[in-house]
Amino acid sequence: MDQLLQHLLNGLLLGSTYSLLGIGLTLVFGLMNVVNFAHGEFYTLGAYGTFAALVGASVNFFLAIPLAIAGGALVGAVCERLLLRPLRGASIDTTMLVMIGLWIALQNGELLAWGGVAKSVPTPFSTAPVVLGPVSVSRLRIFVFVVSVLLIVGAHLLLTRTRLGRAMRATFQDRETAALMGVSIERIHTVTFAFGAAMAAAGGALLGPVFLLYPSMGDLAAQKAFSVVILGGLGNFVGAALGGVLLGVAEELGAGYVSSGYRDAVGFVIIVLMLLVRPSGLFARAERVG
Amino acid sequence: MRRAAAARGAVIVAAAAAAPLVVWNPYQLHTLIMAGIFAVLALSLNLLLGYTGQLSLGHAAFFGIGAYAAALVSVKLEMSPWVGMLAAIVLPGLAGWGIGRLALKLRGAYFVLLTISFAGVVSLVSVNWMDLTNGPLGIPGVPALAIALPGLPELSLRTKGAFYYLVLAAVVAAYVLCRRVIASRIGRALVALRENETLAESVGIDGTFYLVLAAAISAAMAGAAGGLYAHYTRFVSPEVFLFTYTVTMVIMVVAGGKGTLAGPVVGAVIFTVLPEALRALTSWQWQMLLYGLLLIATLFFMPSGIVPALAARAASRR
Repeated sequence: MDQLLQHLLNGLLLGSTYSLLGIGLTLVFGLMNVVNFAHGEFYTLGAYGTFAALVGASVNFFLAIPLAIAGGALVGAVCERLLLRPLRGASIDTTMLVMIGLWIALQNGELLAWGGVAKSVPTPFSTAPVVLGPVSVSRLRIFVFVVSVLLIVGAHLLLTRTRLGRAMRATFQDRETAALMGVSIERIHTVTFAFGAAMAAAGGALLGPVFLLYPSMGDLAAQKAFSVVILGGLGNFVGAALGGVLLGVAEELGAGYVSSGYRDAVGFVIIVLMLLVRPSGLFARAERVG
Repeated sequence: MRRAAAARGAVIVAAAAAAPLVVWNPYQLHTLIMAGIFAVLALSLNLLLGYTGQLSLGHAAFFGIGAYAAALVSVKLEMSPWVGMLAAIVLPGLAGWGIGRLALKLRGAYFVLLTISFAGVVSLVSVNWMDLTNGPLGIPGVPALAIALPGLPELSLRTKGAFYYLVLAAVVAAYVLCRRVIASRIGRALVALRENETLAESVGIDGTFYLVLAAAISAAMAGAAGGLYAHYTRFVSPEVFLFTYTVTMVIMVVAGGKGTLAGPVVGAVIFTVLPEALRALTSWQWQMLLYGLLLIATLFFMPSGIVPALAARAASRR
């Protein structure tokens, strides 16, 4: 029982970062109709950004993370401007292949910049775990969880309560009409892609200190993000938030009770099953027509 | 026109067959062999991507299943390597048929994600199922192929020079197979489905049947390439499932010209020889970085690929 509780808690904590990753990916898909295979690279960028700020520029840990997120957003905006804007109107396959190219280029750029040796990010948190009755959890993980939840709530507020968010949602629902109402679609696309990249970079900045940094770390993250998006339904914000937690818990349970070697298979299996049984995601209210 | 094409094909094959006379250096011969194996892979991916319009990002799985099938049959079951090669065609073909049945209900991004996931699961199985695959250690000692015709001394394909001709034969066979498929009823059905699925089905084309058939043929071809690779390197490990293989295939097909028969072969030769040529100048990371940028540049400036672009230029000159 205690073991189950521990797994559930670990799953929840891990899942919150998966939600971040999934939200970024799902928004880019929903709004721009772009399958962003380079998503994992923004995660990597966030992790190395934190490392660079901390170790390279000896910035404070709590400042390094927002800096890394801002860096991710900036690179995302540049990529959108250079690669996706000229291709607006191109088929989804073309943009997908361009994103695959970007992914390979960015990943090997990271490899050139940082080398293949894994790095670890020093944190100000003590390694002594917090014991809460039958379960225990590291301080760093609590911090990661709290920041993730704040970011998810913040993103949700941005989408639902601000003018920018309203313009984004309008573009999502009907691009042509939104443009007629004076929404600058070009700007919304750049902002959305930068936003998606920032969410992925946040995931990397937060999970980087928990795990180790290596240039291909983004591949696994992208895979998780895709699983989350499929669970929640492509383009579904709330679905991605819930899907992340679900994937985190499913992975912990799978690793704990089935086999730790197949931990990363959980996401794949979820994708396969979901696509075959319920491709619109778990949380879709109704199939949309058209 | 047809005869001219056949003559041109014969000249190209003859030139390729004469290549070992010029390229005697084992390293360069190795590059040519890998180009041939990748040509088979690119042709197989092109059958799906180019003619059905469905992008499979799980093709390394069929390559890997083929490699493991060949290795396991000849090493663990101790059967003839040729039985292994047969298994390397049949098993991935069956897997492709099964996956096709499941995945081809989906289109676009959904199909892509399902194929990636399939490859991911297969790769994890190859690492974790120690009893069957020996895990990350891999299977060493895959025997070399040999041709033993009655009445003739056994001809071993152990040397690179001999193996090169086997690979060349495989490329020609794969090319001819693709050509026959495309020119047949199946090919016409695939193109019709690619252009307008609803319309095609309305005139009585069974979409699922033809797409699944294409997936099975494509997977069997990728598996054959895997079998060749296993018998060539004589060692199989979970690395055969690396996503890099799939990415390389995609780049070869897209840059060469998807939906053309010559495109994937040209792409395969360019993208195997070019990196090797660049290797002396740059490191492997730079090479992969350039790969990524080259893929983007191709899509921007030559979206239909090298072969169609050259063909268009030749046509406009005439």
